[in-house]
Amino acid sequence: MPQPIQLKDHEKDAILVRRRVLVGLVLVLLLIGVLAARMYYLQVVQFEYHSTLSENNRVHVQPIPPNRGLIFDRQGRVIADNRPSFSLTVTRERAGDWKRVLDSVVEVLGLSEEDRVLFEKRVLQGRRPFEPVPILYELSEEQIARVAVNQFRLPGVEVAAQLVRHYPQGAHFAHSVGYVGRINEQELKQLDPVNYSGTHHIGKTGIEKFYEDVLHGQVGYEEVETNARGRVLRVLKRTDPVPGKDITLSLDLDLQEAAEQALGGRRGAIVALLPNSGEVVAMVSQPSFNPNLFVTGISFKDYGELRDSIDRPLYNRVLRGLYPPGSTIKPMMAVAGLDAGVITPTSRVFDPGFFQLPNVQHKYRNWNRSGDGWVNLDLAIARSNDTYFYDMAHKLGIDRMHDYMTRFGLGQRVSLDMFEETAGLMPSREWKRARYRQSWYPGETVILGIGQGYMQATPLQLAQATALVATRGKWIRPHLARSIAGEPPRDPNPLPDIELRDPRYWDYAAHGMEQVLHGPRGTARKVGDASAYRIAGKSGTAQVVAIRQGEKYDSAKLAERHRDHALFVAFAPVHDPQIAVAVMVENGESGSGVAAPVAKMVMDAWLLDEDGKLKAEFAPPLTADGEKP
Amino acid sequence: MSGNFDRVLSRDTLRRRASLLLRLHIDGLLLLLLLILAAGSLFILYSASGKNWDLVIKQATSFGIGLGAMLVIAQFEPRFMARWVPLGYLGVVTLLVAVEVAGHTAMGATRWINIPGLIRFQPSEFMKIIMPMTIAWYLSTRSLPPSLKHTAISLALILIPFVLILKQPDLGTALLILASGAFVLFIGGLRWRWIVGAVAAVVPIAVGMWFFVLHNYQKQRVLTFLDPESDPLGTGWNIIQSKAAIGSGGVFGKGWLAGTQSHLDFLPESHTDFIIAVLAEEFGLVGVCLLLLVYLLLITRGLVITVQAQTLFGKLLAGALTMTFFVYVFVNIGMVSGLLPVVGVPLPFISYGGTSLVTLLSGFGVLMSIHTHRKWIAQV
Repeated sequence: MPQPIQLKDHEKDAILVRRRVLVGLVLVLLLIGVLAARMYYLQVVQFEYHSTLSENNRVHVQPIPPNRGLIFDRQGRVIADNRPSFSLTVTRERAGDWKRVLDSVVEVLGLSEEDRVLFEKRVLQGRRPFEPVPILYELSEEQIARVAVNQFRLPGVEVAAQLVRHYPQGAHFAHSVGYVGRINEQELKQLDPVNYSGTHHIGKTGIEKFYEDVLHGQVGYEEVETNARGRVLRVLKRTDPVPGKDITLSLDLDLQEAAEQALGGRRGAIVALLPNSGEVVAMVSQPSFNPNLFVTGISFKDYGELRDSIDRPLYNRVLRGLYPPGSTIKPMMAVAGLDAGVITPTSRVFDPGFFQLPNVQHKYRNWNRSGDGWVNLDLAIARSNDTYFYDMAHKLGIDRMHDYMTRFGLGQRVSLDMFEETAGLMPSREWKRARYRQSWYPGETVILGIGQGYMQATPLQLAQATALVATRGKWIRPHLARSIAGEPPRDPNPLPDIELRDPRYWDYAAHGMEQVLHGPRGTARKVGDASAYRIAGKSGTAQVVAIRQGEKYDSAKLAERHRDHALFVAFAPVHDPQIAVAVMVENGESGSGVAAPVAKMVMDAWLLDEDGKLKAEFAPPLTADGEKP
Repeated sequence: MSGNFDRVLSRDTLRRRASLLLRLHIDGLLLLLLLILAAGSLFILYSASGKNWDLVIKQATSFGIGLGAMLVIAQFEPRFMARWVPLGYLGVVTLLVAVEVAGHTAMGATRWINIPGLIRFQPSEFMKIIMPMTIAWYLSTRSLPPSLKHTAISLALILIPFVLILKQPDLGTALLILASGAFVLFIGGLRWRWIVGAVAAVVPIAVGMWFFVLHNYQKQRVLTFLDPESDPLGTGWNIIQSKAAIGSGGVFGKGWLAGTQSHLDFLPESHTDFIIAVLAEEFGLVGVCLLLLVYLLLITRGLVITVQAQTLFGKLLAGALTMTFFVYVFVNIGMVSGLLPVVGVPLPFISYGGTSLVTLLSGFGVLMSIHTHRKWIAQV
């Protein structure tokens, strides 16, 4: 191409480009104007709409509560499980005027003003913002329908399905397994807020309380998007919860029922444990109550009835009931006396019907006012002779007595996994000085020899002390959990076995206990005579009302509730102890007459087969010359 | 042309500074605007990322690298660029083919070339600069307005990388590259009736693409764009959320770090493609308009450079780069505010991401080169 034309072209190109750039600039201005207009539209015209939208839009992290571990009896029967239940929840932040919404709920479901008060309390217990708080559990079909129909009047109110604890065995295990209940303010302060963020219930007593950590599990999370009404639109992320571990108890439903029947409707307590393993197979505190009442929140009326009942059904007599052990402590005292060398198996004491300290007028009376004459150890236990043990206690002294009795578990918590066990009391000089600012009197030692005075023990402690005689001093803390997710429970603080100078001392004490039921002068020989196997036991009475010096105990004069509690401890079979039992019958008066038959029935239920014979596994080995007891 | 400087810079000190910038081939006004954007970006990013200092420092580093690249590129004469751009074009197309054959796949798309231990990059990013350069080089030696033949050849040059990138799939980048090439033709005086004809042809082409080219996710995006509310939990979510974020900002915004939508993790990709929503929520209409103003100044400056460029290559390239930059801005803000379909286009200089920053700043380096070498040529 010729040069001049190109130069001209160059000029033309510049004009062309400039024109196009101008068009471009106009386009840019126009489109930027469009963007600005769009922004104006969104931010000014639609501002109200979008700000409410942004207010109501939430992504929430919803906790997924773990399923609580199940509880089984030793044969795998369910004691505590979780049942789906519909509950009514209120989310305060979404309800607007939530108090008015509660009014509507009460009106829609036709509930009372008391319920309204309860609802308000429960709503206020909500912990996290936007947390749906259950206010009413176990909704019926009709109630669900009513809520659905009136949904428009009930903003923030929803029917939620959740798993709720259920105790199919009802009252049988109320005192041992306990129950769960709604988390209260105090518990809220102590528990891990993250792990319990989705949990509404927590173990309140018993196994449920003691193994709360194990049973609860680990919380899971769900990140959800919710709309303005709080309805979950979609799940963004999910971390599954780790369910709680199942617990198999050593308790046996059959034996539990048998023990309750044996008590025959009377108030009292029974503990049956396996001395060789420490497993508690029956734990009865009568009267009992239905633990299911507490799960979803017990009504004021129901709770008032339970709390104010003269029979005290909420009172755990096995773990918290404190009784002077009375004569049931005599076998352990005998072991102490033998080991300390203050008595021998053959040493004798003359009983004129009372014991007197040197140079003191006061008479410590034997229960048999006429006296038993010359008494050795065997007879002293079999006859439950008080004078012998007054004498022995005096010789032993409080310090050694305190030492030995402590080794038997008195005055301390003995169980491995029982909630709220009471330590009881084994007095000592130091204790008395601290408690009463007084020195110890010799007379106080004397009455301790027959389990009276300051000494106080729970039925569980008595059962364990008896089991120690059965196992010849081998300490295994009594426990309710047999396995936790397959693992046996571990004792972090085991107690030392009781070592005696001569292990035969155990046999002397056990033989005395055998004589109680099988000896010719035994106090409970009527019970022993009817037994298919040899039982070692000891009766006792726990005074309810103090008897003044010189006054005679006359049951007829006393009101029923002021009569003595009947106690009986036993283990069987003597040759190879399989079960140890402690029975306390409230106001039962006679240990050997009332409590001993109960103990035997419990042991029968455990040891005998349907034909009334010892079960094969418990039967004594056959020797060459035939059967031998 | 030196009269320009005499008029603006009367003081000696300023003149010396200006001459220093000139010697460095830096355009002071562009640099100032870019630095304003950079500062604003770090500010907003700090909030959008949930006070993530690491991210802010990374972005600042990227800015540094990008400014360095800009400075280096500004040193090259436009003539040098024109000489080497055909080779560069062939090289990048080869890389794009390589991506197609043996590329690195991440997040469902094959966009990267990965040489383990050495480098990982997206060849499509290079194309954003190479493409307008190539078409400008091609047209600058032809007579304008381009003839049908030259237009066809230009379109072929545009479409080869366009299709390759579309197949990755990366609709956003493909469209930007298409735009950058097409703008050269536009600045070069492409006949209006052809433009109108092409736009008219887009409709049947679009229908064809709908059935044969577009991936499902892309179709879904278009559908969602038409009615975002129809699928609020899926693909429409982004737009609904960003609109709520923008709209709730109002005129003056909720204040820095006080945006609820972005901080409650409602807004997906709040620090990358959707960062304008954070800005709009926290600084309101005022903040958005200020940003648009800065963009407008940048674009105006680019167009002034276009007009003042001395060579045709410089004019076409500067114009195309400037207009493409505007497309970035428009598409991003348009999509976040619900005017356009959601395509993955970051907001220039504000969105988090080193690659796009370096590419954009390189483009401005080219602009500066065109502007500052002009006087050098004039003096020679």
